Amino acid sequence: MVEIPSGSAGAIPSAEVEDVELYHPKSWWTKYVFSQDAKIIAVQYSLTAIAIGLVALVLSWLMRLQLAFPGYFAFIDADHYYQFITMHGMIMVIYLLTALFLGGFGNYLIPLMVGARDMVFPYANMLSYWIYLLAVLILAAGFFAPGGPTGAGWTLYPPQAVLSGTPGGKDWGILLMLTSLIVFIIGFTMGGLNYVVTVLQGRARGMTLMRMPLTVWGIFTATVMALLAFPALFVACVMMLFDRLLGTSFFMPAIVEMGEQLQHGGGSPILFQHLFWFFGHPEVYIVALPAFGIVSDLISTHARKNIFGYRMMVWAIVIIGALSFIVWAHHMYVSGMNPAFGFFFATTTLIIAVPTAIKVYNWVLTLWRGDIHLTLPMLFALAFIVTFVNGGLTGLFLGNVVVDVPLSDTMFVVAHFHMVMGVAPILVIFGAICHWYPKVTGRMLNETLGQIHFWITFLGTYAIFFPMHYLGLLGVPRRYFEMGETAFVPPSAHTLNIFITVMALIVGAAQMVFLFNLVWSLFRGKEAGGNPWRATTLEWQTPQTPPAHGNWGKELPVVYRWAYDYSVPGAAEDFIPQTVPASGSVTREVPA
Amino acid sequence: MNVTLIFLAVIGAIIVWWLAGQRLTSKPWLETGSVQLPDHHGADRQQPPVPAVKIGLFVFLGVVGALFSLAVSAYFMRMASADWWATPVPRLLWVNTAALALSSVALQWARREAEHGRMEGLRPVLSAAFALAVLFLVGQVQAWRELTAAGYVLADNPANSFFYMLTGLHGLHILGGLAVLAHTTVRAFARDVQPDRLRLSIDLSAIYSHFMLAVWLLLFTLFAGWANDFVDLCRTLLT
Repeated sequence: MVEIPSGSAGAIPSAEVEDVELYHPKSWWTKYVFSQDAKIIAVQYSLTAIAIGLVALVLSWLMRLQLAFPGYFAFIDADHYYQFITMHGMIMVIYLLTALFLGGFGNYLIPLMVGARDMVFPYANMLSYWIYLLAVLILAAGFFAPGGPTGAGWTLYPPQAVLSGTPGGKDWGILLMLTSLIVFIIGFTMGGLNYVVTVLQGRARGMTLMRMPLTVWGIFTATVMALLAFPALFVACVMMLFDRLLGTSFFMPAIVEMGEQLQHGGGSPILFQHLFWFFGHPEVYIVALPAFGIVSDLISTHARKNIFGYRMMVWAIVIIGALSFIVWAHHMYVSGMNPAFGFFFATTTLIIAVPTAIKVYNWVLTLWRGDIHLTLPMLFALAFIVTFVNGGLTGLFLGNVVVDVPLSDTMFVVAHFHMVMGVAPILVIFGAICHWYPKVTGRMLNETLGQIHFWITFLGTYAIFFPMHYLGLLGVPRRYFEMGETAFVPPSAHTLNIFITVMALIVGAAQMVFLFNLVWSLFRGKEAGGNPWRATTLEWQTPQTPPAHGNWGKELPVVYRWAYDYSVPGAAEDFIPQTVPASGSVTREVPA
Repeated sequence: MNVTLIFLAVIGAIIVWWLAGQRLTSKPWLETGSVQLPDHHGADRQQPPVPAVKIGLFVFLGVVGALFSLAVSAYFMRMASADWWATPVPRLLWVNTAALALSSVALQWARREAEHGRMEGLRPVLSAAFALAVLFLVGQVQAWRELTAAGYVLADNPANSFFYMLTGLHGLHILGGLAVLAHTTVRAFARDVQPDRLRLSIDLSAIYSHFMLAVWLLLFTLFAGWANDFVDLCRTLLT
């Protein structure tokens, strides 16, 4: 560690960045319900996302029950099964993962980590949450609408999505789904502008971009991507609404439905696929990049070691973000497109593996000879790395056209994307909640309950999704309500299905342990203090825990170093907060 | 998706240009103690920092740009099919275009008046900009009515569908801008007006208005069919 002499660094006045006017709530309602404080909004976002996520969890149970015991549960017929699939997928990808990472962690962590008092547009931030809630309610209304929610599959491919053969196609289902997505995107744009501009304009003095924690880099890049990718879904939803309600033919080809020639003609379903996946593929990284960033911080903090290759990590995040916009058609290899396109998209897809692999190497090298504390956040971070590598490797299989064509629409694909963008980000979410829970509530989570939840979840998800790869290789198709007469699938596959279902029930139930832990620790957890993990980043240096309105005391923090000064040789302690100036012996106030 | 990719390339270039100024090659682990900042926060700043709202507006324009470039991409992809007959362009659109352009000019004028602190000159110009933008919207609705009266209804042909959808989307964005402009105009007439904040919101309205005018001109060339030759040329070059 070489320290560049920096003159009178300690004498820099801290009020150089002009302070912002804060909105001060006047009543209980504006303080806790219609709050403009990013921390409250973050909690609102997170709780709403978790609540709707639990609905999606129950839906996955119902699907698994049907697959393991076909025909046993009378209330699950084919229509319901498709509705469960669709809602499970859409909720998990958009209303849980996107909302939780960007709306939840983004809101809580960006202002605190960059040293701002709040988001730059608090009012728009508040609107963002309430519009998101509206979108969730519209989505959930599908369950109570005549005909039920849409059963078009989460990709909502036309023409089937708006035809009478699909549940909800000619009823309310598809309308509510499309409306909900449009509303969600409007709400997200308001929040997204906040996240981006806060990182650009709200940073504390001394917080250069290259001193930002990787969590902020991940969330920032993901938000920029989301702002550019969500309009594709917006356009697609608007056009499909036109097709369904006003009889246009954007996506609808000439088609005969129930022996009756529809008035549509000439539309291109492939056009929808292009628009959908132009959003859909960046979406994978919109979820993954915040997870990458958070994991980097968890590993560095809990291994007491600076992150290996910080610059590489930043560049990799940016490069992954850029590349993810030119790989969308690898979801469409079997759509009959020009083979030359397939070659192009396979190449770009495989190139993405390079920066991603760099990140994995850097995580492992950060752990190498670190002082690893197997705390809950660390366990989840380690579990993430393993799971992500597994899911990523099968992605290389599927990224090749010749391998993808036979595997497409089998359980192999289901296993792949559940590993890489289902389980892996969820593990990060658990790890991040365990890590920042003490900051949000002032109390530690219960370690025993946390360990029970971790091991059941980690091993259980492997028991669920590993066998699915094998089922896929056998040729078991995805999205099928029941297998029917399929000679090529051996009867043992059915036994495996029962096993997967039992594991899914257990893992789902284990989540109750986590929820119980969240509530129990809120009242009974050990007092955490201001910086229980002895971490360097700014959010742990707030004068109060939980941070008060405005985050910092009278003066904004000044940043003198990067976010990863762990185990600096010669330093008195194994961490030096970002707010500590360079001069050797510094007396630091430990925040209460 | 070519239009979208071109748009993304432009956005990407802006991001790269911005990142290039952010010392991404620095080694933060060696720079302990120094407080280095990008220019707009520097201690020895020459000009005042760009207000956050303005940055926010530019980011928002990026989102709007993505929206329209994707819609236009869809337009070109759908255009390639056999059932496409171009919709005739009502003459009224020329009047509307003029109205929107004049509204933009008026806002630019208001911007200059505000810079020089001439509040009295500001009010009529702002009102004119507002009225012209309203005129544009009324004209667009009238153009829709003419087209439907002539039998070019929404679901008849994909070109019609796109015409109504794109003009509708654009109109909604103008409407949003109008809400902000109305707020600004009312404030300009208020007595206890803060010149700084008024100047900023006029600035923002002008930028937004120029951007939406540019979008409209692109859409107009699209509807009028002038872009077709260009697209055909591109298509031949690509294949």
